[in-house]
Amino acid sequence: MSTATTDSPKSAGWSIDLRVLGPILALLALVALGMFLNPNFLSYANITNVLARSAFIGIVAVGMTFVITAGGLDLSVGSMAAFIAGLMILVMNALIPVMGAGVGIILVGMLVAIVAGLIAGAINGLLVAKIGIEAFIVTLGTMGIYRSLVTWLADGGTLSLDFAMREIYRPVYYGGIMGISWPIIVFAVIAILGEIVMRHTAFGRHCAAIGSNETVARYSSVNVARVRTLTFIGLGLLVGIAVIMYVPRLGSASASTGVLWELEAIAAVIIGGTMLKGGFGRIWGTVVGVLILSLIGNILNLTDMVSPYLNGAIQGVIIILAVVLQRKRSNSR
Amino acid sequence: MTKMLIATTALVGVLAAPVAAQTIGVSIPAATHGWAGALNFHAEQTIRELGERYPDLQFVLTTTPDPSTQVSDLEDMVATRNIDALVVLPFESEPLTDPVRRIKESGVWTTVVDRGLAQDGIEDLYVAGDNTSFGRTAGEYFAQTLSEGDKIVVIRGIASTIDNERVAGFQEAIEGSGIEVLAMEHGNFNRDDAFTVMQDYLSRFGEIDAVWAADDDQAMGALAAIEQSGRQDEMWVVGGAGMKEMVQRIQQGDPQIPVNVTYPPSMISTAIELTALHFMTSAPITGEFIIASELITPENAENFYFENSPY
Repeated sequence: MSTATTDSPKSAGWSIDLRVLGPILALLALVALGMFLNPNFLSYANITNVLARSAFIGIVAVGMTFVITAGGLDLSVGSMAAFIAGLMILVMNALIPVMGAGVGIILVGMLVAIVAGLIAGAINGLLVAKIGIEAFIVTLGTMGIYRSLVTWLADGGTLSLDFAMREIYRPVYYGGIMGISWPIIVFAVIAILGEIVMRHTAFGRHCAAIGSNETVARYSSVNVARVRTLTFIGLGLLVGIAVIMYVPRLGSASASTGVLWELEAIAAVIIGGTMLKGGFGRIWGTVVGVLILSLIGNILNLTDMVSPYLNGAIQGVIIILAVVLQRKRSNSR
Repeated sequence: MTKMLIATTALVGVLAAPVAAQTIGVSIPAATHGWAGALNFHAEQTIRELGERYPDLQFVLTTTPDPSTQVSDLEDMVATRNIDALVVLPFESEPLTDPVRRIKESGVWTTVVDRGLAQDGIEDLYVAGDNTSFGRTAGEYFAQTLSEGDKIVVIRGIASTIDNERVAGFQEAIEGSGIEVLAMEHGNFNRDDAFTVMQDYLSRFGEIDAVWAADDDQAMGALAAIEQSGRQDEMWVVGGAGMKEMVQRIQQGDPQIPVNVTYPPSMISTAIELTALHFMTSAPITGEFIIASELITPENAENFYFENSPY
């Protein structure tokens, strides 16, 4: 394609085409590598495992894409997830004598997770947007707060869901319809909704406008504080939903739950082509980024190719490569 | 109230101060994972009991999230609380060696717990678990129970000296037994990581006879992955450290969890008690006190079950 088409801006024609390729090429290369290294890689069980375990980070990363696109950042999501999971387990266990073990308690637990997520997101959002503190500092603070709170709730140990409840709740992670497990379905639905909101709504365009130039956005009568707060509230809600899918997996939460989720989510967003400084966001790219991160871990576990001590290094190299690929080409236009 | 004591990194005096009493400072890592949580629980409980038994003893307990905070805590203890003895579980050996040595040289009686200092001969008393014996005890069980050609997978902890010693002890014990170790990956003492590693082992290997998960949190993750795959009847799992849920299941004769290996967090109680004895009795209390790892079996499990412990 030598000339830009008339219906899209000139600069966008080349750059979007090529920036699209980076993460997709990386993903395809990983899939090919996986197939080459282990015949079980493409088995139904392995694919399900990888997609289902990507769902937590994936759901969170969709929300993170909006926050980053609007020029923000949220470091608290991992701790927030751990805290909400702990809270949810405590509430559900406490309700067993009152309500009896059953689906009712699970619905209450889910409600707790969603409300807690909304509140936690609103706290971050209001501190950033209304009081005007840097998002990095606010969420660094709340990150420490939630991590301490879950440690305190668990008395330093592990909060475990009552065994009877675990059996009832279990299908939410392990079950599914037509062979597709629930976390995968929820992740897919959220990703599609996210893509629609980002591309086809005023809210999505406002996020990008604020992220690329806050002053201009304000002069264009975008309610900056409101949009920015909403990105954090949306992220909080998605953390709540991720927790709803997470708790039935192991039925427990502890101080080590959700450690480094925030960095994995941010890495996935950036690998997917969203700009860390804001102004441009791409939900489907984030989904590809999440899958890349999960596949690296999966492939390393499926082979003895490298010493497990080097897993982190391999991940680092692939993350940087995936981003370099797109940056280099987009600069050379 | 007791939670306040654990949650804060500030100095907390546990008893009111009678004049001319002895003060023992206790510095341990914060409750950031299950084992450390139990460590805090046992430290607190022991301090409460000793406070009742010996009204002349005062205690200062600090819990720290990282090595540099621990150094500051130790400085504060010496400067503001005038401690006569120190019980310290160093967060890391190297950075704590010099600060502890200086405190020792200022005339404070010093007990080091579990993680040895980088230099020998500083402390008066060393109380520790035995990581090599932890791995060997598990390995001996595998060697005795499995036969030649049986296949196992291993989930290791956080890459560290502790983990290396455990794995070395394990490998030594199964050497010559003909057991085939299919793979060893790190689960980082974390349930979620171990769950993921085990899922991938299960997709990768069609036959697994047993799992050495090396830690009870990791064992919980591995068990969930095995349950998901429906291969519960094919393999059993040995964790380690004596988490109470695990001990309970062993007691009930769960075929999936035949045994466990101790690495008691209550070793902090041993250390604090012995330090108190140094002041309250004339018994000689110096040297090393190494706590061997024991095999928990359905027969002896009740001795290892602590109802109130968080771990």
